[in-house]
Amino acid sequence: MRIIVCIKQVPDPAAPPSAIKVDTETKRVIMPQGTPPVINPYDENALEAALRIKDAHGARITVISAGRNLAKTVLRKSLAAGADDLILLEDAAFERLDSYATAHLLATAIREVGEYDLILCGRQAADTDAGQVGSGIAEILKIPGITAACKVELGNGKVVVERVVAEGYEVIEAPTPAVVTASSEIGELRYPGVKEVMAAQKMPITVRNGQQLGVDVSRLKSLNMASLSAPPGRKTECQFIEGETPEEAGTNLALRAREARLL
Amino acid sequence: MADYKGIMAYCEISDGTLPSISIELLGCGRRLADDLGEELCAVLVGSDAGRLAQEAIGCGADKVYVADDPLLKEYQTDSYVSVMEKIVRQVMPQILILGQTSVGRDLAPMLAFRLDTTATLDCIGLAIDPDTKLLQRIKPVYGGNAQATFTCDSYPQIATVRDKAMSPLKSDASKQGEVITIDAGLDPSAIRTRLLKKVKEDEGGVRLEDAPVIVSGGRGIGSAEGFNQLQELAALLKGAVGATRPPCDNGWTAPNRQVGITGKIVSPDLYIAVALSGSIQHLSGCGQSKSIIAINRDPEAHIFNQADFGVVGDWKKVLPAFRDKLRELLSE
Repeated sequence: MRIIVCIKQVPDPAAPPSAIKVDTETKRVIMPQGTPPVINPYDENALEAALRIKDAHGARITVISAGRNLAKTVLRKSLAAGADDLILLEDAAFERLDSYATAHLLATAIREVGEYDLILCGRQAADTDAGQVGSGIAEILKIPGITAACKVELGNGKVVVERVVAEGYEVIEAPTPAVVTASSEIGELRYPGVKEVMAAQKMPITVRNGQQLGVDVSRLKSLNMASLSAPPGRKTECQFIEGETPEEAGTNLALRAREARLL
Repeated sequence: MADYKGIMAYCEISDGTLPSISIELLGCGRRLADDLGEELCAVLVGSDAGRLAQEAIGCGADKVYVADDPLLKEYQTDSYVSVMEKIVRQVMPQILILGQTSVGRDLAPMLAFRLDTTATLDCIGLAIDPDTKLLQRIKPVYGGNAQATFTCDSYPQIATVRDKAMSPLKSDASKQGEVITIDAGLDPSAIRTRLLKKVKEDEGGVRLEDAPVIVSGGRGIGSAEGFNQLQELAALLKGAVGATRPPCDNGWTAPNRQVGITGKIVSPDLYIAVALSGSIQHLSGCGQSKSIIAINRDPEAHIFNQADFGVVGDWKKVLPAFRDKLRELLSE
């Protein structure tokens, strides 16, 4: 079996919010110095789902990532965790692409890979939270797409997915090949050991630019962001309730909350 | 694009009724339609959707397109994308809005690619650019650390709207409108995905989205037993229990308790945040609460920047005393 996992490099979403600055001029967020980018956490969930299928049935996992100035050390984590191949689509023209262009670019690379049973993506990326590339790839390749998976099983020419919905979950079946997008409920990506990390740094990776992919880069649309600003915050001043002991503070909090008619 | 005209609101149906998100969409769609001087149409898809048409008209729609088919009883990606493709190609709206729900976030991107355009998901604001007349889509990005405005010049312009981000209109039951039936004309061979079953995870008591009071716990709660204590307080206040992502990932509480950008968006009268730091991801889901009370050991925790009242201390000591005093005060 062959599984393709699409991953995106994003600014670390776990960075403390107070340290993240918004540059309204360049329409970018500025991360605190020394915060390296990471693999989008939902894409890590997607890779974990692929690795579990590999554990159970054996599979070859090909990871694809697209962008400009890709941090290879960061993306090689996918190889360290157990993926077999890493294909980077790298070109100056691949910067800040919109979901439409990204899905088309990834679909082009996936067609080049040829045979595959399953394509896994994260349900959305931690930077733009656009949530469209997986569905887009399914439509472009004219194969079924299932979003927000919390469990993925592959076998006998079909994929069975548990999909997270507000009220619980749905069980959905589709013939393969198919695209499935992963939600965090799948579980975190396994932690590769030091030996695996070292070995992954030496594994060969494939790098392809727009010309090699046969993509007309002039037609790729970049993200049409008209403006970027800091999020509007709640205008409050926290009133701290104190006490001699934590218990007393708790009691005082109840009294104060009642007085303020919150309860 | 002169060929594309009007606003279309896809009104999701839930348990045979129009849920609040659908009513909010009609309110939002009405304002956009009036700004452009065009019509607002609602789309109802289901197995007995027609009887909700008048309600949609009362809530703001000029026209309602109804696709009724037994095969459309449950939401399934392929069948719904196919019906919506048909309706959009027939009506040619310049803007299509959907709710950012389990259905909307699945349907919108797939439909957009089918129609060779792109959607913007999870918008908290929509407006018409006065110069270009394009749809401005305002949404949180970088996990809520920033807010962006996007536009797109391919049609139809598709966006999903976050629950409770838009205000509904006052319903007018006497309002007149046109109801147009659309033959779903489903091609069974085009339906590749199959819904095998739906599993409802009983939340036990008040729905998180409807609860007037939410008691939410974070990583600091540390165990399922800890969540039982939150449940006890929630029950006393006739509220519901919420959580940040780590407790859900660790199985201390059900995954559908997660409040945040990828969980549930809530806006109760009171949000009690216990042992949670207040990541932007989480605050994006509860920042609209009327009041917030925070209990956290770390005086620097981000949640205190958002709270009205706070106690710095160990929740294991603060919370029982808080609960006991409240029980006493509430029984008076």
